[in-house]
Amino acid sequence: MAEVLVYVDHVDGAVRKPTLELLTLARRIGEPVAVSLGAGAEATAAALAEHGAVKVLTADAPEFADYLVVPKVDALQAAYESVSAAGSPAAVLVPSSAEGKEIAARLAVRIGSGIITDAIDLEAGDEGLVATQSVFAAAFTTKSRVSKGTPVITVKPNSAPVEAAPAAGAVEALSVSFSEKATGTKVVARTPRESTGRPELTEAAIVVSGGRGVGSAESFSVIESLADSLGAAVGASRAAVDAGWYPHSSQVGQTGKSVSPQLYIASGISGAIQHRAGMQTSKTIVAVNKDAEAPIFDMVDYGVVGDLFEVVPQLTEEIKSRKG
Amino acid sequence: MSLRIVVCVKYVPDATGDRHFADDLTVDRDDVDGLLSELDEYAVEQALQIAEEADDAEITVLTVGPEDAKDALRKALSMGADKAVHVEDDDLHGTDVMGTSLVLAKAVEKTGYDLVICGMASTDGTMGVLPAVLAERLGVPQVTQLSEVFVGDGVVKGRRDGDTATEQLEASLPAVVSVTDQSGEARYPSFKGIMAAKKKPVESLDLEDLEIEAEEVGLEGAWTAVESAAERPARSAGTIVKDEGEGGKQLAAFLAERKFI
Repeated sequence: MAEVLVYVDHVDGAVRKPTLELLTLARRIGEPVAVSLGAGAEATAAALAEHGAVKVLTADAPEFADYLVVPKVDALQAAYESVSAAGSPAAVLVPSSAEGKEIAARLAVRIGSGIITDAIDLEAGDEGLVATQSVFAAAFTTKSRVSKGTPVITVKPNSAPVEAAPAAGAVEALSVSFSEKATGTKVVARTPRESTGRPELTEAAIVVSGGRGVGSAESFSVIESLADSLGAAVGASRAAVDAGWYPHSSQVGQTGKSVSPQLYIASGISGAIQHRAGMQTSKTIVAVNKDAEAPIFDMVDYGVVGDLFEVVPQLTEEIKSRKG
Repeated sequence: MSLRIVVCVKYVPDATGDRHFADDLTVDRDDVDGLLSELDEYAVEQALQIAEEADDAEITVLTVGPEDAKDALRKALSMGADKAVHVEDDDLHGTDVMGTSLVLAKAVEKTGYDLVICGMASTDGTMGVLPAVLAERLGVPQVTQLSEVFVGDGVVKGRRDGDTATEQLEASLPAVVSVTDQSGEARYPSFKGIMAAKKKPVESLDLEDLEIEAEEVGLEGAWTAVESAAERPARSAGTIVKDEGEGGKQLAAFLAERKFI
């Protein structure tokens, strides 16, 4: 069976959930070989093996943290070449973060391969791997394939379940010689994002979002309380972010995060195309809005026309009492 | 010496229009009005601010696209860019990101540059990878996804807000930069700007001018192929209730029924 390279997104050895989802997809296509880079790379091996990685190629060097993107491209290319010695890999899969997409795209141009970004599903086809994408603000679903070279595909979070599938996960040191261009863009400072204690927005099973109707930064506590009662992530519409009420890192929509949770609760959000683009593929959608004519109500499974400051606290209390 | 800035922009179908695919599964450009991609307005704005800070700078706005794409160039010129380059060739129809980046790289080199500025993504393809690929092809530093950007003394600096951290970046020119929608509101063209834009030069280039073979681009030269495109079925109509004092409890009951509580 052909090998499938899986680029590992991890924070100091803790593997992020989208990578485990990629392993599920990779196992459909072939034998997953994980590529784990930077500080803590070796510590990722246990989790990767648990979820199906046959091999874990690791490399650590100061360059991965000190310079932007290119050192990681050099390493992924080295992994690609090392695997290719035994036959061309079936695909290279990378999580669809902003950085993941950049790494994947630079690798693709180097190895002469086509790239598909933001896939939401992968399946084997007669002419090779077929990727499903949701496009035009999720108004269309397309199926595409890479027609030249080894398919390089980035996959959105929540596109596949995380499955336990124990495999060898043999750790092998990857030898990387950095290109002259690797040190082009220096990372002179890095400030880790402060943890909110809530799930990561793009990975969360439930997302609770607030928009213009929330009215102020202080009032977002109403949204946060509901989120915490459900163990959910908090999102915000562009209107709320532009007003300075909530950080841009929480923005859901075309220019923010694209989410696809089991449940999406929109409060005080009208549902403009900009917002729909980022949440339309959510499985169940619920909205609370004062305006009965708001476009968000065209796409909900359940909607309440009313004042969110009445409805949302009541909902939060009811959830707490039901959960006992 | 003059700072040469090239801003890459895309002419896209209006995202608020009824976007769909043509018979050959390329983006239909006929039935929906086109315009300068909103996210590229931020790139033009940052170019203008950088040029205002520099002693001497010249901004060229560059696009690859059909005849109508001139509208996007004209908009950028009316905002204040100095001149425009339009790469137009019938053989470009259906070009994917790899082909487009090749064309842009050749056109940027032909134009001459110290700094290339792009938007964070297009509003139609939404890949967000072109600036990185362009940097790879040009062999210059990639300084992308910036919410703040400064240029001075042959160096570009910026802030990149990543998924897990905020990074301060620094690279020597020449470089490729992309800016996000957090970089600062784009200005509206003034009446004077609109009038002045009509007189600004727009150079037209075709594939031959850039020494690119037709087979390297277009639908046939693409490294990816769209096999099908289906309209997402409309979501079935949900239950809408008016809050009469029990709205929150009704919603909780629905969530419980769906096993979320």
